[in-house]
Amino acid sequence: MHPRAVLAAGVLGAVGVAMSMPAFAETDYVAKYGIKEDIPGACSYASTDAKDYTGHEITILTHAVPVMGEPVALHSKQFEELTGGTVNVVHAPFGELYQKVMIPFQTGQHVYDIVYGGSYWIGDWAPHLAPVPQKYLDTDEMKDVTPAYQGVASWNGQRLQYTFDGDRNYFKYILPPFEDAGNQAKFKAEYGRDLEVPTTWEEYAEVATFFSGWDWDGDGELEYGSTEIVKRDDVAFANFITRVASYAKNPNVTGGFWFDLETMTPQVNNPGFVKGLEMWMDALRYMPPGGINFGIGEEIFSWGGGESLMSVTWDDAFIQAMQPDSPIRNKIRVGTEYGPSMGSHKVWNRVSGQWDEFETPSVAPYVTWGWGAGVSKYSEEQEMAFDWFCFFSNYANTNHDLLIGRFGVNPFRTSHMDPDYWEKEAGWDRAVAESFTTMLQGMDTSTNRVFDLRVPGVNQFYTAMMAGVAKAMAGEMTAQAALDEVAEEWTRIADRIGVDVIREAYKNVVALEDNVPLDQVK
Amino acid sequence: MLDSRYKHIFLLPALLALVAIIIFPLIYTVRLSLSGWDVNFPELDYIGWDNYARAIADGRFWDSMGTLYLMVLFCVVFEYLLGFALALMLWKEVTAGRFFRVLFIVPMCVTPVVMAVVWRTIFHETLGPMNDVLGWFGIPAVPWLSKSGPAFAAVIIIDVWQWTSFMFILLLAGLMSLPREPYEAAQIDGAGPIRTFVHVTFPLMAPITLGALIIRLIESSKLMETIYALTSGGPGSSTETTSYLLYIRGLREFQIGYTASLSIIYLAIMIIALTIFARSMSRLMIGRQGPVRA
Repeated sequence: MHPRAVLAAGVLGAVGVAMSMPAFAETDYVAKYGIKEDIPGACSYASTDAKDYTGHEITILTHAVPVMGEPVALHSKQFEELTGGTVNVVHAPFGELYQKVMIPFQTGQHVYDIVYGGSYWIGDWAPHLAPVPQKYLDTDEMKDVTPAYQGVASWNGQRLQYTFDGDRNYFKYILPPFEDAGNQAKFKAEYGRDLEVPTTWEEYAEVATFFSGWDWDGDGELEYGSTEIVKRDDVAFANFITRVASYAKNPNVTGGFWFDLETMTPQVNNPGFVKGLEMWMDALRYMPPGGINFGIGEEIFSWGGGESLMSVTWDDAFIQAMQPDSPIRNKIRVGTEYGPSMGSHKVWNRVSGQWDEFETPSVAPYVTWGWGAGVSKYSEEQEMAFDWFCFFSNYANTNHDLLIGRFGVNPFRTSHMDPDYWEKEAGWDRAVAESFTTMLQGMDTSTNRVFDLRVPGVNQFYTAMMAGVAKAMAGEMTAQAALDEVAEEWTRIADRIGVDVIREAYKNVVALEDNVPLDQVK
Repeated sequence: MLDSRYKHIFLLPALLALVAIIIFPLIYTVRLSLSGWDVNFPELDYIGWDNYARAIADGRFWDSMGTLYLMVLFCVVFEYLLGFALALMLWKEVTAGRFFRVLFIVPMCVTPVVMAVVWRTIFHETLGPMNDVLGWFGIPAVPWLSKSGPAFAAVIIIDVWQWTSFMFILLLAGLMSLPREPYEAAQIDGAGPIRTFVHVTFPLMAPITLGALIIRLIESSKLMETIYALTSGGPGSSTETTSYLLYIRGLREFQIGYTASLSIIYLAIMIIALTIFARSMSRLMIGRQGPVRA
């Protein structure tokens, strides 16, 4: 062949390949897997497709369908198709996850390669998890994770959980009733001030009381002021922490929200906690009937269905309420002008033993654990397991999963804080998208955050705490008496597990609370 | 002599299986109860009677025991009364008797945790049908799951709904196996239906009644799934039974050694209580009734 012809054929061929290959590859994955686009990178569909795990097998323990269980099952099937490996997915209700993980961990057996659960169990899981290898930490997806969630996934300076979710508790409300002239006039006549979005729990109580027990949206049904998760042994501890944080997390005090790190005295019965619990006990009167027995499912259904004006819980209820078929889609907003949740003008100072006054409400956002998962150090397929995580949380999959409320995957990357993303990808109104991302940024930039206890035996501390809180909520005891009982039990638990063990572990939490590196925690 | 030895050899596999299935777990639980196995210390060490001493002082454990016994008492009494009434109704030939017999057995065939979830919807204060039905009769809405008393009653209602059929089956089988002669004698003596029931049916049914009560007492005392799905032991601590507390202590908190000690104490109390109950009831219902033994 003539050299020119060879050259021409080569150029044409190269152009053809250049034009067709990426388009073919992208279209192929998009069409086959229902993603918007396969964003190139170490964890992308194309990169995963290049891996061969034929003859290899991993087993994943995850939550029941749909929350987290559904995306894990979905992406596991895709991973199998792409790599030829086998991925067994075992589902369990949330209440069963901890024991299903701990039994093989404690007996040193290899049962699951990947385990899912609450990220706050990291103190119990840490000795049994394999650290995330550096090559995965260097991926674009992982570097995009916000510092707060990088911290949540770390223990004693090592990244042990693979980040794919970020959770937080924040204030959310239905906007139109606040803008209604009739409501505004009625509220002013009753309370002597303008009807505004509340910024403190005291204001929240007034607004919630005003909107409780009458049909303010004209649907023929009674509506109420607030829906929260109160059911014992559900995830009510998260609502309790959000409530008390406003009164007990003082921005002027370092060295421990849950314990005084120096003396290891439990703080769970200090006046800040007691005040928060008293306010929560009072809240039952403006919740829907049966509100004391609402778990997370009821909360999502109640607030998302327009039964109550306000709520303070996770992203799931908000994302669910923004689904296309929701009656309150685009009518909702989140956060206040001061932060993601309610604040307080008075916050307990455990050092001075007095209430500190704040001119503008002091807000203490609660980074509400979130899903955590890791690779068992007993796994013989650690590389495949980490590659699975890498694929599970790649940009394409996360972008897909974030928009499906029931999946339980919530914003955890810096790129998720851009309102354009929610406006374009999810079709939200600009105002909702801005409200949401402002709240996300407020959560991420706050220097007065509360994190879960996260120490070994955290379930013992939490169930003891919530047993006391439940008694107070049911009217069996006063808030002070109930929390005194909890503090005594916490002291006993700490003594049993070992005060020094708890102190060393709790330093990891204090580092997050005080925004300092672990080695600077005093 | 040789035959006897062979007999023992052939019995050995069954005996070993029995030991493996029943005796070993029990012994292992006792051993665990003497250890400090915890979430942070997964070792089978020896800490003596510390767990037992802690259990004695654990008010929550004893409160849960009180709640359990009260709940079981209500459940078993209602189940017995209803089950006996239904069995008497279907004892004689009635229209569609076979259909009703099958119908009454259905609740027992459903998984308790599934039914608890269904009942949770039924008891929902605003959306559930229970309060709607009460409303038709002018009865105000009941806060079924948000107040201690109604929540306690709700657990009992579900248990009675589910397990009355068990009583019904046993008692119906008992009624159908009764001899005819005492009834013929009662008829000759001119006894009416009530006297016949009090002096013939009830005494004749005493042994099977006792068996049914004991089986239900044992089963009811393990009440856990309904609590788990319906109330999680709340509101407050009003529906926290011992089985539920053991689940929390053992599998949520992972206090394995301590939970083992609670289980052993619970088992010992159950054995003692049921033995006393069986003997008392046996004396009361059977011991003084000559005709029954005859």
